[in-house]
Amino acid sequence: MADEWVIDAEGLTKVYQMGEIEVHALRGASLRVRRGEVVSIMGPSGSGKSTLMNLLGCLDHPTEGSYRLDGELVSDLRDDQLAAIRNRKVGFVFQSFNLLGRQTALTNVELPMRYAGMKTGRRQRATEALESVGLGDRLTHRPMELSGGQQQRVAIARALVNTPAIILADEPTGNLDSKSGEEIMRILLDLNRERGTTLVFVTHDPTIASRTQRIIRLHDGLVVQDGLPEPAAAGG
Amino acid sequence: MDFLQSIFEAVDSLTSNKLRSALTILGIVIGVGAVIAMLAIGRGAQNSITGSISSIGTNLLFVIPGGGEDIRNPRPLTLEDANALNDPLNAPAVLNAAPMLTSMAGITFGGESTRTQVAGVTAGYDNLRSLSVTEGQFISEENILGRAAVAVLGPDTATNLFGRSEGVTGETIRIDGQPFRVIGVLKAQGGSGFSNADDQIIVPLTTAQARLVRKSTRNAVDMILVQAASAEDVPVANEQVAEILRSRHRTPVGSDDFTVFTQQSFLDIAKTITGVLTIFLGGIAGISLLVGGIGIMNIMLVSVTERTREIGLRKAVGARKRDILIQFLTESALLSLVGGLIGIALGWGLSLLVGVIARASNADLNPSVSLDAILLATLFSAAVGLFFGLYPAKRAADLEPVEALRYE
Repeated sequence: MADEWVIDAEGLTKVYQMGEIEVHALRGASLRVRRGEVVSIMGPSGSGKSTLMNLLGCLDHPTEGSYRLDGELVSDLRDDQLAAIRNRKVGFVFQSFNLLGRQTALTNVELPMRYAGMKTGRRQRATEALESVGLGDRLTHRPMELSGGQQQRVAIARALVNTPAIILADEPTGNLDSKSGEEIMRILLDLNRERGTTLVFVTHDPTIASRTQRIIRLHDGLVVQDGLPEPAAAGG
Repeated sequence: MDFLQSIFEAVDSLTSNKLRSALTILGIVIGVGAVIAMLAIGRGAQNSITGSISSIGTNLLFVIPGGGEDIRNPRPLTLEDANALNDPLNAPAVLNAAPMLTSMAGITFGGESTRTQVAGVTAGYDNLRSLSVTEGQFISEENILGRAAVAVLGPDTATNLFGRSEGVTGETIRIDGQPFRVIGVLKAQGGSGFSNADDQIIVPLTTAQARLVRKSTRNAVDMILVQAASAEDVPVANEQVAEILRSRHRTPVGSDDFTVFTQQSFLDIAKTITGVLTIFLGGIAGISLLVGGIGIMNIMLVSVTERTREIGLRKAVGARKRDILIQFLTESALLSLVGGLIGIALGWGLSLLVGVIARASNADLNPSVSLDAILLATLFSAAVGLFFGLYPAKRAADLEPVEALRYE
């Protein structure tokens, strides 16, 4: 059943033109992720990890290959259609949080709903999302009044507020101390357990990868290994 | 994205860097203020010039001898010409035609002396020129017939001679050495520039002919003032006057040896000149508004660069190009709108100030801020904001999300 795959990418390639030189960031990567799965994408720098994440997050068009997200063929969509897909189906959690500095936690979480054209009930849903990440008492704080871990939790609330098909987390604990990092991991994994949200981690941190159900390893723009995490794996 | 939220966000973003926004706005404030003030001053100048032309009288035509450059030996205008124009059968559109002699003359009273224009006129000239006396009386028909040595003084002339403009009736002054009895003083009109009706002496035409102004042709006059029956009759009267004079002077059409000006033609010329002046002033002021607009573009470009990551994030969570475009356009439009509003206030203040200064220095200039100037400035500044905001906003909207998110 095709619907079983929330991510279904076939032969993705991406070629960048850097002046005279063509850079082949991806050379035909294929992967599938089941609904409700938790996977991590690993690989050394230059392996095409970031490029793959940009494609999976619908931030960019593949040069070749097809990509179905949540059953929709998105590889051929135009920019504004991609924006709508990102809005409804993808939640991003970045390493550097990427919150709007002058806005409160609530307005930050409301942002995806505003771009979705939602007029009413935004505040209500944003409040619920923030409560679900344990920030019910920090609703009107601005990012600089929050700790790094709290900022990342606001970002998670923002990522989940439009109930996306996948949450893409790009080194979500990279800028955090180990205690806050552990907290963020727990929140994300709880989300998966309680709501069945599909999680895709992009990381080179083996301790994160070891807590996911499946590791996809990239090397030179190709998927070189796709399987269960081995506790002994030395990482990227 | 709802409208109100966009406004709030734009205000928030602009107030986060108050000094920068204020300086950007200042460019627009000065531009709009200058446009408003310049248009108001131009309009004030127009009002005062056309006002002084209108104060000469109503529905007037001025007939003077001499045609174009290539008309040789023009015949002078004469009393007989004036009488012919007064004939209601020949010129039904003419209400009144008044011949005039004018010359500059030295006036003395006691030890005081002055030099001013002396006009020899017929009875009824006061009606034509909407003149009235504050004391005594105007030149009468008897004065004309009797070639009486009497004079009516303009208030400024009276002040020059007597140090006052009241209680001078009955005094005797000397015009070019000949004694004249003052029989009246004109009411002040406050005219300026074109012809100051307050500084002149009016005597009977016949007296002027006999004693003051020598002409080589008998009964020659310097000008015939014609009043049309109504404003609509002015062109008709113009035609009738020309026809009568052509037949009397035996000149073919196209080589008139006289010239007819209408009051309207003076008004038109004055309006054209002040209109050009206003456009010129407004244009220069408009350039400063343009410079202000470039300031907006500059700041918005800086802002787009600074907020590249923010733009990337917004795109990542689902902002379309249009959303980003609107966000930045709202900011630049808001900058220019606020600048425009403050600029209108500034321009208004400036024109009031110019008015006060003009009054203090006795210049007849009252700048008037018109609604269309305000509308023009508002529209223009909004357009400037949108136009100069468009390029930076387009640049923001066209950023690739991947590039923008990676930007340091």
